[in-house]
Amino acid sequence: MTQILPSIVDGLLIGFVYGVAAMGLTLIWGVMRVINLGHGATMALGMFCTYLLFAHFALNPYLGMVAVVILSLLFGVIIYGVALQRVIQAGYLSTLLATFAVNMIIIGLGTWVFTTSPRNIDFSAGSITIGPVILQGTRLLAALAAVVITGALYLFLHFTRPGKAIRAVSNNRAAAELMGIPSSYVLALAFGLGTMLAAVAGGLTSTFFPFTILSGSTYQLKSFVICVLGGLGNPLGALLGGLFLGGLEGIIPTFMPVSWVPVVEFVLFVLVLVVKPTGLLGSK
Amino acid sequence: MHNWRQPGFWVSFLLVFLGGLVVLVLRQDTLRETAFTILMFVGLAASLNILMGYTGYVNFGHIVFFGLGGYFGFFLVSELGWPLYVAALGGGVLSAIIAYLIGCAVLRLRGAYFALATIGVNEAARAFVSNFEPFGGATGLYVNFSAYERYGGAGQALWLTFILLWLVALAVVVVSYLVKRSRFGLGLSAIREDEDTAMVMGVNAPMDKTKAFLISAFFPGLIGTLYFFKNGNVEPDDAFRFQMSLEVLVMVMLGGKGLLLGPILGAFAYERLRGYLIVSPIFKNLHLALSGGILLLIVLFVPGGGVGWFRDRFPRLRRWLE
Repeated sequence: MTQILPSIVDGLLIGFVYGVAAMGLTLIWGVMRVINLGHGATMALGMFCTYLLFAHFALNPYLGMVAVVILSLLFGVIIYGVALQRVIQAGYLSTLLATFAVNMIIIGLGTWVFTTSPRNIDFSAGSITIGPVILQGTRLLAALAAVVITGALYLFLHFTRPGKAIRAVSNNRAAAELMGIPSSYVLALAFGLGTMLAAVAGGLTSTFFPFTILSGSTYQLKSFVICVLGGLGNPLGALLGGLFLGGLEGIIPTFMPVSWVPVVEFVLFVLVLVVKPTGLLGSK
Repeated sequence: MHNWRQPGFWVSFLLVFLGGLVVLVLRQDTLRETAFTILMFVGLAASLNILMGYTGYVNFGHIVFFGLGGYFGFFLVSELGWPLYVAALGGGVLSAIIAYLIGCAVLRLRGAYFALATIGVNEAARAFVSNFEPFGGATGLYVNFSAYERYGGAGQALWLTFILLWLVALAVVVVSYLVKRSRFGLGLSAIREDEDTAMVMGVNAPMDKTKAFLISAFFPGLIGTLYFFKNGNVEPDDAFRFQMSLEVLVMVMLGGKGLLLGPILGAFAYERLRGYLIVSPIFKNLHLALSGGILLLIVLFVPGGGVGWFRDRFPRLRRWLE
């Protein structure tokens, strides 16, 4: 018991970050019906951006996150313009392959520039001890950041004009266009936001785990599982799914080898798809 | 059987047939190795095309069937001492069964969900095999040399594997053609164009998709067994290389999806290109980015691939470029 509690708490804190990553994926899906297969690579870019700022300019990783937010938003909009705009109406096969090609390009260039040797950000934010549980500062801050970002996203989507436009396009693109919403800009913005969430999640993860340019694919897979758990297209579901998966990852290693985690996650994924494809929360 | 007079089929068939025949006549070991890799990718790309090209469902985990079937076949040859032919069939059948089970579960769903599942299946299969003791866990299996003795020593065994692979590649071409020309294949095209309409018209979409998936998974299992038998060992990282799934995908897109000749030429062109890039000092570290670039350009500007582009440009050639 003394072993399980700390690992669950640890898992839940990481789960917040998983949730942010999955929110990015689910937002893009909800608005434009595109599954962004460049998601993991974007996360890896977020990690490296935070790392480079920390290593070369000694910038506090949490301050560095501001730079990550701006750069990744721009990056997402550019990716949309270059790789997606042309095929956005062409169906799954084209958009999947297009985002996939982006993924290959990022990973290929990243491997060339950064090699695949592992990096880590040597940053400590102390720790708090509550009974048997030791909370590491970096994870606590990451979870806090995740909550703040979720809140900000909620406010943005519900109380600003661009946010409302995104929700309108997500509901019904044709109707939104008839109401005078420039859907092409809105889609670019939504893709930028999704990319930003991925990059920020990557940046937060980089403060507590070592990473390489290839690390993104593991998290991408987790994001898929989380999105399906919470229902694709449902941001709140994504956060809850993230917490669920994080908690699960905390529990599993206490009774079976860690290397089984991907198998369990995948079985869960298929089970949810088969039994309740709209996700455990059952949106729409 | 007027179907057999279609020149398009014979172009594809003879291309693979003559390619293999030349290697058998020349009997050079280096040429055989190059041809082995090319034929392997021809087989993998053409079998992926049965699902992806005909049905329009992207499978990012095609290599799972290569890995799992290969592992199983290798296990049969090396640990249980089964003859290679039977073991390769065993690998193929296992792949087909797994595809059937996955298909029953996931193919009831539409395109995007299926694609997600196929990405997951690769990681799950690798993790499973790495932890599965009968398959040697993370270190994999090594061939028992007596297995080569049976076929007259290692040198003879390599030639035998090559001939078998050649026959498998030919079989993939024939099966692809038969599927495409059949009522079943028409159903698949209908699903690709509009699944709802197809179902209204009486196509049993879930069943047909599952069948296409099963056929498409059978061949990688065969090819995997032959490949790992040739290499003499099999290990998880070698069997479930996600990058290889991607390369096969790029090959199909490069040649032209949904066409018979497309994946064959795509596999050949991509293999030659990669062979060139790997030895070139500038590009050797960039070949993933470059394949990504090629894929993006094809998706955006030439969705029909190379052969598809020729078909559009020169309608008279359509008879020949099936």
